[in-house]
Amino acid sequence: MGSRASTLLREEEIEEIKKETGFSHSQITRLYSRFTSLDKGENGTLSREDFQRIPELAINPLGDRIINAFFPEGEDQVNFRGFMRTLAHFRPIEDNEKNKDHTASEPLNSRTNKLLFAFRLYDLDRDDKISRDELLQVLRMMVGVNISDEQLGSIADRTIQEADTNGDNCISFNEFIKVLEKVDVEQKMSIRFLH
Amino acid sequence: MEDLWCVALGVFQLWLFVVVFFITLPAMFGLSLGVTGLYIQILVKILEWATLRIQRGRQEQPSVPVPLPNGIIERAGGSMAEEMGRPGCGRFAPSDALYFCKKGLESIADDQVTQRFSSEELASWNLLTRTNQNFCYISLRLTVIWVLGVLVRYCVLFPLRITLAAIGLSWLVIGTTVVGLLPESRENKPQKGGICVANHTTPIDVVILANDGCYAMVGQIHGGLMGVLQRSMVRSCPHVWFERSEMKDRHAVTSRLRAHVAAETKLPILIFPEGTCINNTSVMMFKKGSFEIGGTIYPVAIKYDPRFGDAFWNSGKYHMVSYLLRTMTSWAIVVNVWYLPPMTLQDGEDAAQFANRVKSAIARRGGLLDLAWDGGLKRGKVKDSFKEQQQKMYSSFILGQNGINNQ
Repeated sequence: MGSRASTLLREEEIEEIKKETGFSHSQITRLYSRFTSLDKGENGTLSREDFQRIPELAINPLGDRIINAFFPEGEDQVNFRGFMRTLAHFRPIEDNEKNKDHTASEPLNSRTNKLLFAFRLYDLDRDDKISRDELLQVLRMMVGVNISDEQLGSIADRTIQEADTNGDNCISFNEFIKVLEKVDVEQKMSIRFLH
Repeated sequence: MEDLWCVALGVFQLWLFVVVFFITLPAMFGLSLGVTGLYIQILVKILEWATLRIQRGRQEQPSVPVPLPNGIIERAGGSMAEEMGRPGCGRFAPSDALYFCKKGLESIADDQVTQRFSSEELASWNLLTRTNQNFCYISLRLTVIWVLGVLVRYCVLFPLRITLAAIGLSWLVIGTTVVGLLPESRENKPQKGGICVANHTTPIDVVILANDGCYAMVGQIHGGLMGVLQRSMVRSCPHVWFERSEMKDRHAVTSRLRAHVAAETKLPILIFPEGTCINNTSVMMFKKGSFEIGGTIYPVAIKYDPRFGDAFWNSGKYHMVSYLLRTMTSWAIVVNVWYLPPMTLQDGEDAAQFANRVKSAIARRGGLLDLAWDGGLKRGKVKDSFKEQQQKMYSSFILGQNGINNQ
């Protein structure tokens, strides 16, 4: 169980990941252990099936969308760097206060980047806007068979009506940000990683 | 050259003499020479010293990994309604997806189920190579003790245990043929016609319980060494071996078990209702089949002390023989067994609820985590009905109390 794991991750790699994601040294080694325990094929990458094997994720209505977020466009495998980069979105924002670096580019776990992650959950074809169809599909994933098509349609229509400001019947990223401006995104999209 | 042979032969004879007279014969008659107790005490002292040394080393070198027995993340418990952070009132908000998103990411970082099917991580190092995470470079003394430990385990303990195992195995195969002809006379803790249920970690559970009483066993057919053992055991007592994946087999098993229990003179049946080996940190869902048969249930809680050696059999990763090799080169297997008071099906309770009640009692006594997840997840996918449950919960949340959304 992970007895060789920490020896396979080189110090330079840990440093690079630390700079890019903001995780601490021990958090990175812990998550590497987790990564290798999920990697049943032992080839250094995770496939969609590896994620599906987690029962709590398999029963999550948006499980497939979340798994998709780990894989870049058109790819079927994610390596440890990609894994950490995606998880980094969920670091609490206040952790950045400790090592504030004003010259660095926006950290992965900033409010905007968290919102972008959430936006991409809805934006199925990655065209930077949420159409009525896409919203319907995601709604259908969340409610299953328990709500009729008409009701779901009216929910989608109302949501777009309230959010759409430029009249194109889609929700762009800026409109999405506006809709969620009162929501405590930091709390809803942060996971407490233990040190 | 001849002298060498004589010496080797002499050593071998001495070895056999020691093993047979000081270990096997007393064990057969239930006597103990107290050596095991002393050995364990010395081991505990050494392991405690090693723990302190590692803690000191951790302060000096921050690169030594810190085990987190409570997991990688801290989860906030709470129902769906609480965590959505807004009253349902029959509305959908785009922020709802954030709830599922966070839950999903949390389960990717750390989940309650997949960790149960691999060996438990220890809070400190127990001087075995297999649980090593770069600990042996902390101090010279630790390294020396570790090397000594390797020598002791592989050159002293291991041959000893191999000899015992060889004697024991041949005895078993020969002896069971003989015993089959003798009448049954030993006193059992679980009574005749009862069913004994326990949590399952390794096939050694069976050995431990069998030390204390005789049981008829129910279990998965194995090939190889296990298969040999299973087939020879059948010669002396009636056991029920079946193939897990065979649906027909399962029905046949249930009817055989019913017949066995109804015939009150037969041995109590030993069943492991989890259906598979779990790593001894938790108790997973008990299959209700054993609880539908009727008869009294005698629960037993089994807890292995992980400091001395990892008893968990990861059947996907290790075959029986390599498992035995690992076990025989550990320090020791120290196990606590608790016999709990018998339980029966109460009025108004169905088999599944009864199974859960017994499971909670065993988990509480053994200090294990009580999980509702199915041990079958080790080998198969989770059922879709759980996802549908989540979807149903969310639907009722956004539809509100009235059911119909009329805005």
